[in-house]
Amino acid sequence: MEDQNNGFLADDNDQPKENPRRNFLKQTSLLTAVALTPGVAVKAAENHFDEKVAAAFEKLPLNLTVNGTAHKLSIEPRVTLLDLLREQLDLTGTKKGCDYGQCGACTVHVDGHRVNSCLTLAMMVDGKKVTTIEGLAKGDQLHPMQEAFIKHDGFQCGYCTPGQIMSAVACVREGHANSEGEIREYMSGNICRCGAYPNIVNAIQEVKNGGQQV
Amino acid sequence: MKQFQYIRPATQQSVLEAIAKPGTQIIAGGSNLVDLMKHGVMSPDKLVDINKLPLRGITPAKSGLHIGALALNSQVAEDKQVKEKFPLLSMALNAGASAQLRNMATVGGNMMQRTRCPYFYDTSMPCNKRIPNSGCGALEGFNRMHAIFGASDKCIAVYPSDMSVALAALDATVLIAGRKGQRRLPFTDFHRLPGNTPEIDNNLAKDQLILAVEIPDNNYAKHSYYLKVRDRASYAFALVSVAAALDIDNGTIRGARLAMGGVAHKPWRLTEAEKSLVGKPANMASFEQAAQIAMQGAKAYKDNAFKLQLGPATITEALQHAAGLV
Repeated sequence: MEDQNNGFLADDNDQPKENPRRNFLKQTSLLTAVALTPGVAVKAAENHFDEKVAAAFEKLPLNLTVNGTAHKLSIEPRVTLLDLLREQLDLTGTKKGCDYGQCGACTVHVDGHRVNSCLTLAMMVDGKKVTTIEGLAKGDQLHPMQEAFIKHDGFQCGYCTPGQIMSAVACVREGHANSEGEIREYMSGNICRCGAYPNIVNAIQEVKNGGQQV
Repeated sequence: MKQFQYIRPATQQSVLEAIAKPGTQIIAGGSNLVDLMKHGVMSPDKLVDINKLPLRGITPAKSGLHIGALALNSQVAEDKQVKEKFPLLSMALNAGASAQLRNMATVGGNMMQRTRCPYFYDTSMPCNKRIPNSGCGALEGFNRMHAIFGASDKCIAVYPSDMSVALAALDATVLIAGRKGQRRLPFTDFHRLPGNTPEIDNNLAKDQLILAVEIPDNNYAKHSYYLKVRDRASYAFALVSVAAALDIDNGTIRGARLAMGGVAHKPWRLTEAEKSLVGKPANMASFEQAAQIAMQGAKAYKDNAFKLQLGPATITEALQHAAGLV
């Protein structure tokens, strides 16, 4: 895959890149030229030919697995993993809170490790396995951490909850859920404005002490 | 985010060729860079993703430890060799950011962190670091978080890394690759003071790549402590932090290493205070004297005078922890 992409990704010629404004200008000048040119140019403008050419240069191939499903995609390099999940794969369980890595609402697992998807460029998870909140349950059977959050009332408005749960699962897996203090420290990247922290800690402790497979 | 090109070269040579061109920018973890790009503070034309390079290893060096530039902060903090030989580094790393960000951030990227000065981040404000000669918003503005050492009238921002404070205290060396070969730089010479060119954070040239840091073996593992004081219990930048390491023999200090974070444009190594501790008993009187020496030359601004008291208090407490007195 590296080799397939290489010619494209490692393209080192310094041609100025296309941008929407330039496309717009090109199209406008095409349309201006309509009066002077025969049907071909008109046809090109009508079919948004420039846009298609520009898009082909701006988008890069991306292969990744999300919740067990393999995806072959073509994306702009500035798309974050968070936006890819929400806007292109319709997995809206992962939330956009601050979008700057300060709140943790966007927490997902990449190859088993929790990260902030808002600060992860989607291109940088090429070839990796992503797990989101939608990937935790097995069919109708909730993940033990989801069950524990419900039982302990680990949320009020619920907006931070998908990130809290993804982080909580990782916290237990990493072996950082051995005391209330340790849980609070290792969950500090997930902010809850409702203040459900004590209940979240209780939920995590129950899962940790229950010894279930997480 | 402004549009940009993205390449993922597979060899060091192709990375070095790519970053020699104008408008390019290395990306490793991206936890700081993507944030800055979203804020419009940085807007590279082309990102050079270096994650294909084999720079992730943590391996024994001649007399010490070699830590690859792409080793993740969480990986280094949890590494058995690091915890055993240099627990100070592990403590400092775990005091920084959040578990999620430590899973993304690399050693090299952590070294390259830009300041968190709010005037640097706010593109509607003047900032000599962001736009040379545009002025400094912090100098007369809200400067509670700012420097008390080594600042200039061009910039009073602080460098935010915790990891680097520990690496400065531990006499680390930076391994750097350029197109003409490799060089080594003492860690304490890597970052710069702002002077008249605050736009230059450090001494890594645009066409150079950090390969690794190396830490020499020492006798400080038993008596090390990283103390970070911040506005909330976790996940916040330091108001003041102190990396303290002592070599104690029968109650007498044989050697000491001290560095501060949150107080200057670079990790602030306290060599005079270290010297004052050698040969002294490991007690409060010695630590308080060292703390006083450490604060010589400190200068506060309108909102950060509290750091003149918090600084020595944090040094004293860190040394007490390191010595096992508390």
